[in-house]
Amino acid sequence: MNNSVGNTGRVLWAGLRALLVLTVICGVLYPLAVTGIAQVAFPGKANGSEIKDGSGKVVGSELVGQTYLAGDKPDRKWFQPRPSNGLGANSVNTRYKLILSGATNRSGDNEDLIAWVKDAKAAVVKDNSVKGYTVEPSDVPADAVTSSGSGLDPHISPEYAKIQIHRVAERNHLTVAQVDKLVADHTDDRILGFIGEPRVNVLRLNLALRALTERQ
Amino acid sequence: MSPVLAGVLQLLALIVALGLSYRPLGDHMAKVYSSEKHLRPEKWIYQAIGANPSVEMRWPAYLRGVLAFSAVSVLFLYLLQRVQGSLPGSLGFVSIDPDQAFNTAASFVANTNWQSYYGEQAMGHVVQTGGLAVQNFVSAAVGIAVAVALVRGFARSRTGELGNFWADLVRGTVRILLPISVIGALVLVACGAIQNFSGIHEVGQFTGGSQQWNGGAVASQEVIKELGTNGGGYFNANSSHPFENPNGLSNLFEIYLILVIPFALTRTFGRMVGSLRQGYAILGTMAAIWVGFTALMMWTEFAHNGPAFDLAGGAMEGKETRFGIGGSSLFAVATTLTSTGAVNSFHSSYTGFGGGITMLGMQLGEIAPGGVGSGLYGMLIMAIIAVFIAGLMVGRTPEYLGKKIGTREIKFAALYILITPALVLCFTAASFVLDTPQHSMTNSGAHGFSEILYAYTSGANNNGSAFAGLNADTQWFNTTIGIAMLLGRFLPMVFVLALAGSLAEQTPVPETAGTLRTEKPLFTGLLVGTILIITGLTYFPALALGPLAEGLAA
Repeated sequence: MNNSVGNTGRVLWAGLRALLVLTVICGVLYPLAVTGIAQVAFPGKANGSEIKDGSGKVVGSELVGQTYLAGDKPDRKWFQPRPSNGLGANSVNTRYKLILSGATNRSGDNEDLIAWVKDAKAAVVKDNSVKGYTVEPSDVPADAVTSSGSGLDPHISPEYAKIQIHRVAERNHLTVAQVDKLVADHTDDRILGFIGEPRVNVLRLNLALRALTERQ
Repeated sequence: MSPVLAGVLQLLALIVALGLSYRPLGDHMAKVYSSEKHLRPEKWIYQAIGANPSVEMRWPAYLRGVLAFSAVSVLFLYLLQRVQGSLPGSLGFVSIDPDQAFNTAASFVANTNWQSYYGEQAMGHVVQTGGLAVQNFVSAAVGIAVAVALVRGFARSRTGELGNFWADLVRGTVRILLPISVIGALVLVACGAIQNFSGIHEVGQFTGGSQQWNGGAVASQEVIKELGTNGGGYFNANSSHPFENPNGLSNLFEIYLILVIPFALTRTFGRMVGSLRQGYAILGTMAAIWVGFTALMMWTEFAHNGPAFDLAGGAMEGKETRFGIGGSSLFAVATTLTSTGAVNSFHSSYTGFGGGITMLGMQLGEIAPGGVGSGLYGMLIMAIIAVFIAGLMVGRTPEYLGKKIGTREIKFAALYILITPALVLCFTAASFVLDTPQHSMTNSGAHGFSEILYAYTSGANNNGSAFAGLNADTQWFNTTIGIAMLLGRFLPMVFVLALAGSLAEQTPVPETAGTLRTEKPLFTGLLVGTILIITGLTYFPALALGPLAEGLAA
């Protein structure tokens, strides 16, 4: 009995020492080494791919979506991102207003989700229909009325950008052709032609839009 | 190019990439676990541990090593979270509550990485990097070690010795997981994943005001999270968060990382038992199920049946624009057919059948190709069941790889395959008999049932993904899922090692004309059938109440 207790103790002691050694290697040396190399080789990316506007002010990250609101309504001057109903409020450490990423986790037959999609579709049709251009419900792509997994999707589909062009042109006193070209310039195709999906980065597009209106 | 074609091409690209790494990685791993030499840094580590890496262990000693190391790990990780509030480098986050700290510690040590906490508002640098990420490495190394011990059981005769646990643990970490992680982390940073130790900072916004982010060693954790089939996200949104998975290329790379070791281990197995073709038969079984599931998933997600998706014109709820349906389906199948559980899109918002496919993938026992190590030993257990069934059909004593599958062996195999279904179904049933657990559901009806069935399926099979509408941060779920994760990880390991010990003691039986040829396609077919029938019979009633009901109604 004593022998087996002693044995168990010895193995546990070895286990603890193994854990501590491996913690130093995998939990201290490894992340520090990777951080060191990353900070030297890719400083911009390792720190969040921040984007600056013309005046050098940081206006966000290329990778993280934002809202473009006037009050609590979408500011129709700017291209609008996808809905983000899954984005949460910080409830655990309320001393911070950290962005809490997340999805709605609603199923396809969930009443809330059906209502959100219905409302979003009606709003997209209404907001983007301007004089001489009517958006049909069948023109509205799925990404325009659904929330992404992170709630921070920085992109919209080229189809969603397309139905916003007339509205944005009207609001910014630009021609449709000008905005059309802007969208075309900011549409990224699939990587190597087949990886991922075609997409438009909303922040980059809006920055270019602002630059264009300021030039005019 | 249509999205469907792009999805198929991404699948083909994955197959090519996995095919290219199969031989070099599989052979490298076989060498790692067969070599007599110890590298110099490894010798220092053994000195620090106080273990002699050259001593052979029989199965009880090997098991003691596994359990002692894991027990110490649970305790250490639990304490680290409990004192987080007083640690420097914790971004000012408070200590984690006891039930959640237990759940998280069990989760990461059991290679599950179920998360009932929100990464970005609960865990600081020290716990994430020095606690959680370390378990991503070592829990994976433990999984491979146990699989290798079982392979040695087949390969060795008249001994009972299975190798040295400390040597296997250290070698797996130092020679396999670490080098790939260093390169992989830098690839991810090059794509845009963040890697820093900055605190919480305000970043300006386009229309004024600011966003508040926390920095972190994300890329270095992301890579081992996928490579070690762990799955615990740095951020709440896991691999759908742009800082974890910035673009289509990083997405494909992460899916590759999930699958590369589990598939290549079949080569390691073939090498170590002295017949590469035996490894190919196992590989064929895994690959057939993986490709089949991926095809089914793409079909149902592109078809997008379900009231809300019909209305929206596509199943994009919970999916990112940059990945689309194709990149999301590929990820969802890879993560649930392995013990990963990372997500780049939220399974709860998949179509009814799509959610069912993710659940069924886990219920197969995560063996196609499965978690690192656990996939291989799970599949070998199924192979033993398959030869047993074949033996019953022809009235012959079943053999596998020259070892007799007698009463003792088949008992261990049977116990192995009974553990997880028992945990899943009993805890799910208990949650519905009790009053309060159901208050945690976000969705109602069939999908609400699926939320709880998914939670225990994920926990007991050490996956870690979720139908995340379920509020799992309650004492009931934290405790019972914690227990399911520990029992679902370590009881199977007990039986695997006992089985390995018993196999290693045997004298091999010579091959005769009557021996079932387990390296032939016929056996692969038999094995696929056995897996699907056993899982189907076990889980069909539960699946019928959840995802099947939802899918058929849509």
